[in-house]
Amino acid sequence: MKDHIVSSFNEELKELAGRVVEMGGLAETLVHDAVTALLRQDRELATRTIAADQRLDNMQAELEELCISVIARRQPMASDLRDIIAAMRISNDLERVGDMAKNIGKRTLAIESEFNNKQLAVGVEHMSDLALEQLKAVLDAYTSGDLEVVQRVHVRDDEVDALYTSLFRQLLTYMMEDPRSITMCAHLLFCAKNIERIGDHATNIAENIYYMISGSHLPTDRPKTDELAQSTTV
Amino acid sequence: MALEMTTDTESAMDTTMSAPPAVSAEGETLKMRGRDVKVFYGDKQALHGVDLDVRKNQVTALIGPSGCGKSTFLRCLNRMNDTIDICRVQGDILLDNDDVYDPRIDVVELRARVGMVFQKPNPFPKSIFENVAYGPRIHGLAQGKSDLEDIVASSLQRAGLFEEVKDRLDEPGTGLSGGQQQRLCIARAIAVSPEVILMDEPCSALDPIATAKVEELMDELRQNYTIVIVTHSMQQAARVSQRTAFFHLGNLVEEGLTNDIFTNPKDQRTQDYITGRFG
Repeated sequence: MKDHIVSSFNEELKELAGRVVEMGGLAETLVHDAVTALLRQDRELATRTIAADQRLDNMQAELEELCISVIARRQPMASDLRDIIAAMRISNDLERVGDMAKNIGKRTLAIESEFNNKQLAVGVEHMSDLALEQLKAVLDAYTSGDLEVVQRVHVRDDEVDALYTSLFRQLLTYMMEDPRSITMCAHLLFCAKNIERIGDHATNIAENIYYMISGSHLPTDRPKTDELAQSTTV
Repeated sequence: MALEMTTDTESAMDTTMSAPPAVSAEGETLKMRGRDVKVFYGDKQALHGVDLDVRKNQVTALIGPSGCGKSTFLRCLNRMNDTIDICRVQGDILLDNDDVYDPRIDVVELRARVGMVFQKPNPFPKSIFENVAYGPRIHGLAQGKSDLEDIVASSLQRAGLFEEVKDRLDEPGTGLSGGQQQRLCIARAIAVSPEVILMDEPCSALDPIATAKVEELMDELRQNYTIVIVTHSMQQAARVSQRTAFFHLGNLVEEGLTNDIFTNPKDQRTQDYITGRFG
């Protein structure tokens, strides 16, 4: 794309995109750290993750302010307008991803009993790997503009959902077998839900990138398979 | 025979009145249609075969960089280009089903049906009343003095100016502020009950408040009239129009719903222009 006649407008758009990428990087790190802290029962890392979320919140607020100021001063049109709206929405999603990570951190601190169930650990880890992979792919697509990647992320969210559903069932089983595990399992269940939501935010980001680049919307009739579809039979 | 039965304001152009109005793919009535419109100023070609429809009761905005042909196209719609000696127009311009360039057409009558408002407010050096009354009088639209007064009052009202000038209708139109003068010109244009109003950058000489009033007015006027506006302000085009046409180097590059043009234009040139990347 050609540069703007007004070069300071160019600078501002670049600045916006740069900040989204920076937020994305931080959000990824937070999720990774939060899940690591959970699986290793690393209370110190969990505490740091909780604190770091504040930075992501601040970045989001600043980015939003910049977007509003650019809209007010430049009256952006067409792809510029879509870029700015997408940056605003994506930063919202990333801020929420940070909140999810923070919540996992808080639960890590709340889980007092030893977290020693290997099978569950593997399940959570696998799920978070996939969600992070999705987040990373979509953030790369933000920079590269690769619509194929965007569409793939959009479709693949089902896999995260499926993993969540299976983890949900496992946790229910454990809770029924051993009521003493209920506190730990409930926390884990929320952690899993948080990770599943991170996948949803990655999907939202994918939709926003698709709109930003193409100007049209991704079809939203994705098959939805969450725990509610099967919960009545458990 | 049909000719003799029509009223004064219609007459010769309505020979094809029985033909059904042309409609767009979406079923909207096409008030004016341009087909393969080419315009030459001497040797220089200013328009290279433009096809553009103007939909009834909508505001159509023509945008594009200076010299792109948008004003030239606008001026074809009521044959204002006739006033330029070296100007030649080819192709078809239809108003309803009447060929605007039919030699039998009375141009004065055409310009009553397709009125025009210019960039710079140009009231006659006469009273406010006379500025508005002039058109209806020469076209014989008023049956007597009180009828004429009604036309003037209602035109000023529709132009959103009546309240501001009702106590000084005898004062010169040129004594009004720029924004008021422009609304006076709009009142003058609508006094002859036109079907289409052409506006050539009607707000470029106005301050933002006066501009807002004219824009508000356009939105009201389109209930009764069809409006075509040439504007350099993209924001204005986005605000007031339902459809937008982008001209570049004498070609119509893209025409569509204003909303689509300003959020998701199809042509790269449109995208570059409206986002300020041209050149």
